[in-house]
Amino acid sequence: MDLYEYQARDLFEKYGVPVLPGIVADTPEDVRAAAEKLGGVVVVKAQVKTGGRGKAGGVKVAKNADEAEEAAKAILGLDIKGHVVKRVMVAGGARIAQEFYFSVLLDRANRSYLSLTSVEGGMEIEQLAVEKPEALARIEVDPGTGISPEKAREIAIAANFPAELVDKVADVFVKLYDVYTGEDATLVEVNPLILSEDGDVIALDGKVTLDENAEFRHAGHALLEDKAAADPLEAKAKELDLNYVKLDGEVGIIGNGAGLVMSTLDVVAYAGENHGGVKPANFLDIGGGASAEVMANGLSIILGDEQVKSVFVNVFGGITACDQVAKGIVGALAELGHEANKPLVVRLDGNNVAEGRRILEEAAHPLVTLADNMDQGADKAAELANAA
Amino acid sequence: MTIFLNKDNKVIVQGITGGEGSKHTARMLAAGTQVVGGVNARKAGTTVLHKDKDGNDVELPVFASVTEAIEATGADVSIAFVPPAFTKDAVVEAIDAEIPLLVIITEGVPVQDSAEFWAYAKDQGGKTRIIGPNCPGIISPGESLVGITPANITGKGPIGLVSKSGTLTYQMMYELRDLGFSTAIGIGGDPIIGTTHIDALAAFEADPETKAIVMIGEIGGDAEERAADFIKANVTKPVVGYVAGFTAPEGKTMGHAGAIVSGSAGTAQAKKEALEAAGVKVGKTPSETARLLREVYEALSA
Repeated sequence: MDLYEYQARDLFEKYGVPVLPGIVADTPEDVRAAAEKLGGVVVVKAQVKTGGRGKAGGVKVAKNADEAEEAAKAILGLDIKGHVVKRVMVAGGARIAQEFYFSVLLDRANRSYLSLTSVEGGMEIEQLAVEKPEALARIEVDPGTGISPEKAREIAIAANFPAELVDKVADVFVKLYDVYTGEDATLVEVNPLILSEDGDVIALDGKVTLDENAEFRHAGHALLEDKAAADPLEAKAKELDLNYVKLDGEVGIIGNGAGLVMSTLDVVAYAGENHGGVKPANFLDIGGGASAEVMANGLSIILGDEQVKSVFVNVFGGITACDQVAKGIVGALAELGHEANKPLVVRLDGNNVAEGRRILEEAAHPLVTLADNMDQGADKAAELANAA
Repeated sequence: MTIFLNKDNKVIVQGITGGEGSKHTARMLAAGTQVVGGVNARKAGTTVLHKDKDGNDVELPVFASVTEAIEATGADVSIAFVPPAFTKDAVVEAIDAEIPLLVIITEGVPVQDSAEFWAYAKDQGGKTRIIGPNCPGIISPGESLVGITPANITGKGPIGLVSKSGTLTYQMMYELRDLGFSTAIGIGGDPIIGTTHIDALAAFEADPETKAIVMIGEIGGDAEERAADFIKANVTKPVVGYVAGFTAPEGKTMGHAGAIVSGSAGTAQAKKEALEAAGVKVGKTPSETARLLREVYEALSA
């Protein structure tokens, strides 16, 4: 889960990372009040989970409360790369002497952590990595030993910080690593990390990604989720404990196992090329046990998507027995009654497939078509979606 | 031959008394796996009753630790069915006991826990091969199953399979059930995993009975690209590939914690191109992949 800048700022503050005061506001009036409270020069910053805010006009310096209110009027409602600004942070101003970059992140390839540090901050890091790779210090961080004060100094020196700044930035690196491990993050990035004209090192902007698998040991993380911004169907699916991602298409998909469902989306998209360009409408993995309840929940989410014209249920019975899945489908259709109004193509293979097919054939539900294999099922579902 | 697992391996189950542990102990025994005991510190000294593949009763002892279980049974493989919150401790225990092979089935392990136990395993000299977490495990059909893969899809044969996904492993074994497999490994869909595509490819290359290899990948990370480089330099046997997730949108996690496209990195298209550049034929669908494998296999014997 990616956090907003203000959420990252709050986490930084909790771990003693130096940050500027910041107040979030959703209206120009609240922005004015925040600017008055902070006093002096403030910066009004759009809160969106995407880069390039500055260039898009989402960050404005205001010398007083009037200017802050005007800035808020310009920024709130702005569309930045498809993200509409609903909230801003009013941050204290700082006189910047120098800009740096620091991040610590998961290094999948080396099954380790990596710190990226540069004395040339402010630029997008991807751009820096391409244009000036020599200015970027890439230092592996051992997950067993982490960023100790010594390791932090090693990083600062490798990144060519001037000697008089090494201890100061190293202290901030240690605290940022505390944020990384303390919050089970997969990314903690500060860009820019600045040296103020007063000689303070301050994290001016932060990006944090949290590991959702670790939510069980962080009671507060669920509260950081922006439920209002989530797709309503995705939010409903999450409440039902379903692994669902909304896509832009006409063929609803239900399957078991993440890999098989991803593959099903692809196969449906290929089949759609021959049927008016219809596309998969969603990702939905019902996992191992496909009970009637799980199947009914899944179907109700998918049928709640107005774009959906047909549904493809693709199950390979490994642990799951196909007869259970078939009973699940029959039960779900009975439970949903007239709500179930789109044709369903069902492909079953694997564990107890003969019994599963027999149950569906016997039920002979008018909406259900049985497919012999995955390709045929995808083709039929695409054809039905195109014909609807 | 097989890779990493054969009929002689003696297997213990960490979490043998739990729901999943118990269910899959029964299935592994039915598949012919030599399950010799389990671990649960709170139930040490008790036994659990199961049936072997011929339907005879077997009483499996429960031990306090992996070390004790190894001393008493000579076990050389462990499989962990332990909830995510306790997985790291269970893995560290198995590493300390120097078990040669550890399979972690658990889904939902915090990735920092995986990073920490991987660093620990390396520090301890890498004596334990880890498969997973978040994987279906490993099967050498006709010999042994250490995992949750259905054992009755197909039998022994000349194909080696390595995959990030469980159900796609089953699907591919089913598509190629007439040929059969030496070993099929599900390496798991998490961002940090133990055994990689490359480890499995190297082992299949060295195994005389494996004649052709299927490699299944998915979006996220660059494991497939690195595997492609490895294949180009080191693998002489034919490899056929499949990558899932061409239609996945950027920035959304598709079920597996590791399956996410970030910018242009991790896309299925990039992985397909890297594999094809290494001479690997890549199928658009599982069925086409199976067809390609059949073609390269038949060309071998022609």
